[in-house]
Amino acid sequence: MGVKIQSHHSVAVMLNDQLGAKKRVTFVYTYRAWLLKLLLIWGFAGLIISGLIYNNMDADAKLRRKEVLVGMCDQRARMLQDQFRVSVNHVHALAILVSTFHYFKTPSAIDQETFAEYTARTSFERPLLSGVAYAERVVNAERDEFEKQHGWTIKTMDREPSPLRDEYAPVIFSQETVSYIESLDMMSGEEDRENILRARETGKAVLTNPFKLLGSHHLGVVLTFPVYKSKLLPRPTVEERIEATAGYLGGAFDVESLVENLLGQLAGNQAIVVNVYDITNASDPLVMYGHQHQDGDMSLVHMSNVDFGDPFRKHQMICRYHHKAPMSWLALICACFFFVIWSLGGYILYGAADHIVKVEDDFNKMQELKVRAEAADVAKSQFLATVSHEIRTPMNGILGMLALLLDTDLSSPQKDYARTAQDCGKALIKLINEVLDRAKIEAGKLELEAVPFNLRSILDDVLSLFSEESRHKGIELALFVSDKVPEIVVGDPGRFRQIITNLVGNSVKFTERGHILVQVHLAEHSKALMDSKTENSMNPGLHEFVALSGACQFNTLSGCEAADDRNSWDAFRHLVADERFCSDASNGMVTDEASGNVTLMVCVEDTGIGIPLHAQNRVFTPFMQVDSSTSRNYGGTGIGLSISKCLVELMGGQINFISRPQVGSTFSFSVTFGRCEKNGFINLKISHSDDLPTAFRGLKAVLVDGKPVRAAVTRYHLKRLGLICEIASSIKMAVAMCGNNGSLTPGFGSLPDMILIEKDSWISSGDEGGLNVRLLECKQNGYALKLPKLILLATNINADELNKAKAAGFADTIIMKPLRASMVAACLQQVLGVGKKRLHGKELNGSTFLRSLLCGKKILVVDDNMVNRRVAAGALKKFGADVECAESGKVALEKLHLPHAFDACFMDIQMPEMDGFEATRRIRLMESEANRRSNGGPTVGGIASKVEWHIPILAMTADVIHATCDECLKCGMDGYVSKPFDEENLYQAVAKFFEAKPFPDT
Amino acid sequence: MAYVGQLQRKFVEYTKSLYREGIVDKQFTQLHNLQDESNPDFAEEVVTLFFTDSQRLLNELTNALEQQDVDFNTVDAYVHQFKGSSSSVGAQRVKDLCISFRTLCEQQNKELCLRCLQQVKLEYASFKSKLESLFQLEKQIVEAGGTIPTID
Repeated sequence: MGVKIQSHHSVAVMLNDQLGAKKRVTFVYTYRAWLLKLLLIWGFAGLIISGLIYNNMDADAKLRRKEVLVGMCDQRARMLQDQFRVSVNHVHALAILVSTFHYFKTPSAIDQETFAEYTARTSFERPLLSGVAYAERVVNAERDEFEKQHGWTIKTMDREPSPLRDEYAPVIFSQETVSYIESLDMMSGEEDRENILRARETGKAVLTNPFKLLGSHHLGVVLTFPVYKSKLLPRPTVEERIEATAGYLGGAFDVESLVENLLGQLAGNQAIVVNVYDITNASDPLVMYGHQHQDGDMSLVHMSNVDFGDPFRKHQMICRYHHKAPMSWLALICACFFFVIWSLGGYILYGAADHIVKVEDDFNKMQELKVRAEAADVAKSQFLATVSHEIRTPMNGILGMLALLLDTDLSSPQKDYARTAQDCGKALIKLINEVLDRAKIEAGKLELEAVPFNLRSILDDVLSLFSEESRHKGIELALFVSDKVPEIVVGDPGRFRQIITNLVGNSVKFTERGHILVQVHLAEHSKALMDSKTENSMNPGLHEFVALSGACQFNTLSGCEAADDRNSWDAFRHLVADERFCSDASNGMVTDEASGNVTLMVCVEDTGIGIPLHAQNRVFTPFMQVDSSTSRNYGGTGIGLSISKCLVELMGGQINFISRPQVGSTFSFSVTFGRCEKNGFINLKISHSDDLPTAFRGLKAVLVDGKPVRAAVTRYHLKRLGLICEIASSIKMAVAMCGNNGSLTPGFGSLPDMILIEKDSWISSGDEGGLNVRLLECKQNGYALKLPKLILLATNINADELNKAKAAGFADTIIMKPLRASMVAACLQQVLGVGKKRLHGKELNGSTFLRSLLCGKKILVVDDNMVNRRVAAGALKKFGADVECAESGKVALEKLHLPHAFDACFMDIQMPEMDGFEATRRIRLMESEANRRSNGGPTVGGIASKVEWHIPILAMTADVIHATCDECLKCGMDGYVSKPFDEENLYQAVAKFFEAKPFPDT
Repeated sequence: MAYVGQLQRKFVEYTKSLYREGIVDKQFTQLHNLQDESNPDFAEEVVTLFFTDSQRLLNELTNALEQQDVDFNTVDAYVHQFKGSSSSVGAQRVKDLCISFRTLCEQQNKELCLRCLQQVKLEYASFKSKLESLFQLEKQIVEAGGTIPTID
């Protein structure tokens, strides 16, 4: 149990190791927790950048807007100023006109009419002025005279007679448009008065504050120019100017309509709001134009100074856009577009990273699952191996007990029960062994043996296993081994037998009629034939069919159609013919044997139910049967073929099959065996394993069989016994052969010793008894001294036919098929009465062989256990060995001190002080030293120095588990025998290491 | 001659009962098969050897287990020896007991070991007496001039 726990533990450790080793992750995977944050940061950055872009573009737009505003504002201001200037200049000119023609001319050249006409006609020059008028300076003293002269009184602005003042400025000339102000005293109006005073002081045009003009509701300013009576001195003082002042020319600017007009002429009028202010008093700007309340876009304002020519007054034009700056759609779209693209990019990156993480996750998961699955697989195999092993031990106990139980006195039902139980147990053991095999193969633990064995006898054994069943079913079971196949090959007989057993077992299981034929050929031989066959296949051998007696029959063993027609007579004949040729010139074979290996092609052909096409590709998968009904009808687990496949592959071959449903299957596999080099050894082995009597050598036989394949098979068996065999296709032919007494058949100098007749041929020939009569005739005619024995070959025979056969003269014997060389030999012995003694000797052959191996050998048995020692010694002595004992490793070392005379040593493993392993190691050390000395040093004793010291040491152990066995081999042992000894075990072990030794002739 | 036949039958019955009860196993058969004309008393010789050896081992075991501090390694070594020799002569039940004895040694359970030793002693005694009577029977057959039937 401890071992198991450990093994599971080791599996777990392995799993962890693998996990650790495989955990190689990408950068993305390491930082997968950051991915979402990174995405957010990315998005945020996108927002900021797109904001910046928007701002940048918007600032540009604003700048342009501002420039446009500034341009427009300045343009307006300049135009206004220019227009204004032009008007002012004209008024100036008017003033000069008045002074020139009114004052410097006497009498005055201007009167109201002239002035009115002139101004009216030149009003296009002063589009900004609603009208001009001239007011004369009148001091109070001159008022009366003035009123008299003009015929009206001076009135105030309110159109009342002016009160008394120092000075008056009544309008004397006026343009028609403003004729209503004639005779009004300009000095009476606040603004005008100030204006007049300032104008005569400066001598320049001056402007009033904006105010509501008389006669209109528009805002306006009044422009006043002084008119001097005399020419002024350069740089006149204020007093001089006042003194020289004669009157004032004034004009009213209707600023509102003025600006309105002006703006109307310009483009973009609608877009901007223009205000004009008088900012002489900076803290209280007066509106000259525009609405008092602030509307439009307050955010962007441009101020342009306007100089109307009056240095005292300051004016300003303020422009702003009517509407707020529209959203900068382009910037917005650009920003949005950028953001969208940026986000998409981010999302794609995120998606990719996410995908990477997911894939990596999946990958890791898969990796883990894979490792787990593999571990589970290993664990499963281990478990299977262990459990199967564990089950086998008690099962063997059960079977043993059942066998003992069957030996006791049981009533027949009890016996039946016990036998059933035993059968079941055997089936179970078989299954367990198969599972164990499979597990072993999977775990790579199966090792193949390499021992020489007789292929033919193995095949005979296998076929004999199934002979009962096949006979019962009425199937012909036949074996044919090519003569070119060597007698003895080196390989693993057990496994070879397992494969054959499996294939034949399957065939027997699935075949209800027809035949099963096992053929063994040399691979290169059959391959060459197949090639030539394919060439020939263009013109199928018609003659074959013609030659057949049966109407609808195929040229196979039983006449049933086989799946692989390569095995039909057509091919077979070539093989057989080839062999005949080769066996004649057997020298060729000898040279062939020089090469180390021989590859055999083994075919198992049946005429069973075949494998359905859909199931053909999973035939070799373990536990896969064709369908569930297969296991119901035929039993089995479906593991056999997979094991066979594994075994074949282990043996360096290939297995494949051809199958046709309802026709049959042909499984064929190739397998490579070693050739056996030593002739002496071959002889030895043959005498042991394939002990066929030689008493029949040279006897002649005639075989009557209509089917060539079957005849070839039968002949093969007879040939093994040394019989010379001739084939006749019918009884008539056979009789003819006998009757002619060798004159026509050169093979026979006399009558044959026996005639073997196939049951089919006998029945179909129709002349029952005729043969015998003919033969008797022959004898009577003196052709022959001894009648040939008649032997009937039959697969199955019923009582009726049996009687008939006896009546027809087959009293001698009936050989039931399947044929086996040994069985045929036994029958022939019975019939001919020869070779009995030889056969009797066969019984003891196993132990005699062992005896021959061990006889005279000096063997050391090392065991601390006195009883064990005695038993081992006794067992070995029984086979003629000369046994010496040692009770400990130390004593053994002393006894094996070189040089010694021992041929082998059996060594117990578990001993106190020095165990078997240690003792072996020391012995090997001793030997290698001695070897080195003798090889390296000068040759002292001639032959003796050439001897390689290596005593075969066999472990004796009670527990034959694999580990112990390995340990044995590792420390230099040659093999092991299980304790307590039994004959077979001992034989196997001894045969293995004595095989290299030359066998002493006894 | 009838007497011999009777003895032989008895012998066969007796051996069969030994197998049936699991007192001896296949190895005993092997042992028996090892004796032949040249070595007629081989089985008896070995079994006697086994008896002497076992007596010694059992004494050692008893001593070892009576100690205050039981050295289970020593005990295990003795039991291993005992197991080996009993399996060599085919004393199946003794051998089986030895196997469980060894697991008890591994567990170092003194009490159970003592109990197991007791059982081993009992089983051994039974084996000894049965085998002795078997050999007695053999001798009788030989004295009566018969041959010992082969055991299978």
